[in-house]
Amino acid sequence: MPTFVYMTRCDGCGHCVDICPSDIMHIDKTLRRAYNIEPNMCWECYSCVKACPHQAIDVRGYADFAPLGHSVRVLRDEEKGTIAWRIKFRNGKKDFDLLAPITTKPWGTGIPKIAELPEPSDDMRNSQLLFNEPKYVRMDDGDLNTLESNGLKLKEGVYY
Amino acid sequence: MSNPFAELSATISPGLMQFYVVLMILLVVAGVILDMKHKQSAKYFFANAKKAQKSAKRTLSDGEKTSLAIKTLTSEVLTSSEFCNEDRRKSHLMTMYGFIFFVLSTAVLIFGYSDPETSTPFIWWALWHLGALSLCIGGYWFWFKIRVDVSSEGLPWNRVERADLFILSLLGTATFALLWSITGAMLFFGLFIISSTVLFGGVYWSKFAHMFFKPAAAHQKKITRADGSRENLPDEYDLTDAEVQKKFPDIPEYMGKNPPNMGLGIKREKPNHY
Repeated sequence: MPTFVYMTRCDGCGHCVDICPSDIMHIDKTLRRAYNIEPNMCWECYSCVKACPHQAIDVRGYADFAPLGHSVRVLRDEEKGTIAWRIKFRNGKKDFDLLAPITTKPWGTGIPKIAELPEPSDDMRNSQLLFNEPKYVRMDDGDLNTLESNGLKLKEGVYY
Repeated sequence: MSNPFAELSATISPGLMQFYVVLMILLVVAGVILDMKHKQSAKYFFANAKKAQKSAKRTLSDGEKTSLAIKTLTSEVLTSSEFCNEDRRKSHLMTMYGFIFFVLSTAVLIFGYSDPETSTPFIWWALWHLGALSLCIGGYWFWFKIRVDVSSEGLPWNRVERADLFILSLLGTATFALLWSITGAMLFFGLFIISSTVLFGGVYWSKFAHMFFKPAAAHQKKITRADGSRENLPDEYDLTDAEVQKKFPDIPEYMGKNPPNMGLGIKREKPNHY
């Protein structure tokens, strides 16, 4: 189900317009409030819902995790670095919250400074590996990653 | 430094001026009632409030409701705290207080001092002019710079929509009032009366009624936060609380027992790329 805007809560600030990856959140030229111009093209990424400072945008959640008519609302708190969800069933009996971190370091401090790294040598340029590959995927550094090497066991019914 | 309405009384009788002011008040009242009936905003507002009350986690006492009403008055109404954009907030404060002082002093000047025989106290003369000036500064700042159409959508400032009826008639009222006071030209007086009649008589078609429903909506929002219904939004957790850390173990595991303030992420930048 695509996003929709509660017009009485929206103040037309434009955060949703800026963040929408499909570029379908627009400001209505007459009412100066945001609206979804093309609901068919909305993939329900929730970016606008999370970015809205007034919680004026909502999405009807999928029926595969709660029966229809439920409410699923989200509160993204940048300063705390968390995201909170609340899912409430239609009859109000099931009402639960979820809370998860969205960053572990202050925003903007964990950006890799690639410009300061040494230039790759010709060997590295001609290699099949991409930038940083041995280090990040450990193809030949510390052997291959396997279930055994990580102390895990193959579980029945789990697809790896 | 003379009262423009006292000078006007040579042409228009003070009784007629007073009748006009009363007529404008009645037009505002009628416009607000018609607007509410047409949009059924009051009906839906109270229906929503009842729905929210059903999912409330606790009942608020009358004392708590009063203290929330006082908070709404001191925060949203008097200082326009609901605006995220600081410039927009400043501009709104200038237009709002300018409008209040302008309208109040107009009523005082017309009802108290429109007789050329009585001398007008300086304070009312000054409030009338300063109110109009503040309205003009805040209003034109909004019109040329802050409006989303101009600041973000890249539309020309002279593109006019029906939604601009309120701001344009407000600006017209203040601008022509000042010009009339400075020049004494009846042309500006005529334009001043036309703009103010459109402003007060056009409540049904403009956003004038927001001064009544915005405080009501802000108060209702505060009530939903206090009674726990929160418009179905999740709670705001204190991440250092041991109970919260026990309920959501991911928080202490990835962020530590006492997570720092992460600062602003996407909200560091003003949205202006659309």
